[in-house]
Amino acid sequence: MSAGIDLENVCCDFGNFRAVDNVNVSIQPGEFFSFLGPSGCGKTTILRMISGFTDPTKGVIRIGGTDVKGQRPNQRPTALIFQNLALFPLMPIWENIAFGLEVRGVPKAARRKRAEELLALVDLHDSADKMVSQLSGGQKQRVAIARALAVEPSVMLLDEPLSALDLKLRQHMRAELRAIQKRTGVTFIYITHDQGEALAMSDRVGVMSQGRLQQVAGPREIYNNPVNGFVASFVGENNILTGEIGPRADGMAAFQTALGTFRARIADGVTAGKLYVRPEFMTLQSTAGAENSVPVTLGEVAFEGNFISAHATTDSGVEMVAELRNDGTGSIPQSGARMHMAFEASAAAILPDANVAKG
Amino acid sequence: MSELYRRYGRGLTFLFVGLTAFWLLVLVILPDFKLLESSFRPYLPVAEVGGPRDVYSLGNYAQIFGNAVDFNTFGLHFQIPARVKVFVLTIIFSGLVTLIAFLLAYPLCFYLAKVASNRSLPTLFLLLFVPLWVSEVLRSFAWYIILTLKGPLNALLMTLGVIDKEIRWIDGYSPVVITLVYAYVLFMVFPVYNSMQSLDNNQIEAAEDLGAPWWRIHWRIVLPHSKPGIASGSVMVFMLSAGSLLVPALINSTTGNWFTQTIQGIMMDGQDWNAGAAFAFMLLLFCTLAVILAMRVFGVKLSDIAK
Repeated sequence: MSAGIDLENVCCDFGNFRAVDNVNVSIQPGEFFSFLGPSGCGKTTILRMISGFTDPTKGVIRIGGTDVKGQRPNQRPTALIFQNLALFPLMPIWENIAFGLEVRGVPKAARRKRAEELLALVDLHDSADKMVSQLSGGQKQRVAIARALAVEPSVMLLDEPLSALDLKLRQHMRAELRAIQKRTGVTFIYITHDQGEALAMSDRVGVMSQGRLQQVAGPREIYNNPVNGFVASFVGENNILTGEIGPRADGMAAFQTALGTFRARIADGVTAGKLYVRPEFMTLQSTAGAENSVPVTLGEVAFEGNFISAHATTDSGVEMVAELRNDGTGSIPQSGARMHMAFEASAAAILPDANVAKG
Repeated sequence: MSELYRRYGRGLTFLFVGLTAFWLLVLVILPDFKLLESSFRPYLPVAEVGGPRDVYSLGNYAQIFGNAVDFNTFGLHFQIPARVKVFVLTIIFSGLVTLIAFLLAYPLCFYLAKVASNRSLPTLFLLLFVPLWVSEVLRSFAWYIILTLKGPLNALLMTLGVIDKEIRWIDGYSPVVITLVYAYVLFMVFPVYNSMQSLDNNQIEAAEDLGAPWWRIHWRIVLPHSKPGIASGSVMVFMLSAGSLLVPALINSTTGNWFTQTIQGIMMDGQDWNAGAAFAFMLLLFCTLAVILAMRVFGVKLSDIAK
C-alpha cells in the first residue's frame, strides 16, 4: 500500500540555475518525511520531480523500488496536495473528492459512497453537496486531503499545505495530518519552511539549502546535533561567535575568539567554522565561571511567561541572548546590570558553514 | 456621477455625460426607434405619407411569408416561403460559423494561455493581429480569389494529389461560411483566451495528478472554466455573422443567399425602407431568441457573458 522513495544523485537544472544539486535520500514506506528549507532552496522542485511534473536533469527516482523515469503524473502512485490546494471550484465537494475515482471509471453511486466515507474520515460530515467557496480554510484543507486519499496513493506529497491558514488552525491541522498519516499508513512527504511544523510532525527531516540536502535526521537530532551552521541557524535560534579552532581532544576543541577562548564540541574533519550556542543553554551569573563565560551588560529583558529572554552586549559589542527558564521565584535580572553569560561546553558546538556549491 | 463631479468639476462632467448621452440617444436609440416605427407603416408614395392610408399594421412583417418555393432536405419535400427559407438558413449557417470558429479557437487559445512561453506570446499575438491591418473588404475578397475554380486552393490540392478534379467551392453556403469564420474567429479567440488564462495551472496539474487523461482534464476542468468566454465569443461571432452584409455580398454564390442581402435588396433596390426595417427587426429578434435559447441549453447566465 505505502511505498518508499529513493532519490539517487538527483539534480535539476533550470537553464543555468541548479535548483536541486545531487540529492540522495531514502524515504521509508509509511514514513512522515519533511523537506525543510527557506524558499528557493529546491524543496518544491524535489516534490514536483517525485510527482512527475518536472523531470530530473540527472539521477534516478524510485517509488516502491521502481524507476519512474518517463512516467507522467497521472501514471504515478503519488497524490500531490498543492500549496493553494487547487480544489475544483465548479464541482461540488463530493465530485472534487471523487474526481480520481471518476477518472478510474468507478460508477457514480460507488463514487458518492466513497466520497462520503472520506469526508467522514477527515471529519467533514454533511458537506458533500456544498461548493468549495462555501467552506472555510481548514475545511478546504480537509477536502484536499480527502481528494488525494481517494485515489489510494502509496505516497502523499504535501506542498506547504498549511501556509495559508491562521496560527490556531495550523497547529490543529498539524495534529490532524499526523493522525491521518498514522491511520492510513501512507508515506507522507511534506514540504515546509516552518521549522516548528517540520519538527513537530515528522519522523525524519531533511534540511535543504541552495539545492543541497544539508542533513537528514530525526527532529531531535536536527535540533540538538546540527551538522553545520546553516542547519543550526535555520532550525532554532543561536548565539554565534567567530574565531579560530585551537587544540582539540576527545571531540572537544578550544575556540579562540576576540572575547577569549571557549571550549565546545567539534566533529572530526571540521577545520574551520563558528561557535554556536542555543539561547536556552545560556545562563546568567554574577561571577565569572571556570570556563566559557563572558562579561556582559544586560540590555532588554523580556518576561515571556514560561521563559525570560535576556539580551546582552559584550564589552566588544557582540550581541548575545539567553533564554532563562521561569523558575517561579520572580527574580528577573535587571536591564543595565553587569553580569556573566556562561554555557556548558557540551551545549556548544563548532560547526562548519553550509554545504553549498563552490563557484 | 458624484465621483466624476468631484474630480473634474461641473464643466467637464457635463461634457462627458452630455457627449455619452448624445451618442446613445441621438446616434443609437433614436434612429433605431425611427426604424422600428417605420417598420409598422406601409410603403407609400411621398404625397400619401401622413394621409388616410398611412396607418400602423403588421403588413410589412407579413411580407416574409410571400412567394413559396420547394424545399428538399433529408428526403423531406415541402413548400416554404422563399424569404423564410433564407432567414432560417442564415441563422443555421451563422450557428455553423460559430461552431467552427469555436473548434478552431479552443485549441489555439489553450496553446496561447497554457502552453506557449511568455517570451513567444507577443510574436504569436502579432501574427494573429497582422491580418486585421488589411481592411475587411480586401480580406474577404482574398478568399474569393482563393476559392475560385482555378484558384490557389484547388491548385494546391491538385498538386498534392488530394483531389483529381477541381472542387466548385463557390457554391451554396460554403464560401460565406468559410469567409465568415476567417473574418470573425478572433472575436472567439480573445474572450476564450481571456477566460482560459484565468484558470489556475494547479487545477490542471491537480487533475492530471489524480490520474486524469488530457481529454478529461479539458472536459471537466478547462472547458467548464472557459464557458463564460466561450459564451461571449459565441454571441459575438453569431451576431456578427448573421448581421454581416459585406462578406455574403462579396463572395456569395447564387445558391447561397444571406438574409442581410434580402434586406438590402428590399431597401436599396426596392426602395421599400418600411419592409426592410421590418425584416431587419425580425432578424434582430430571432437572433436574440437563438442566443437566449443557446444560453439556456448550455447553462450560461447573462452575468457570465458580461465578465
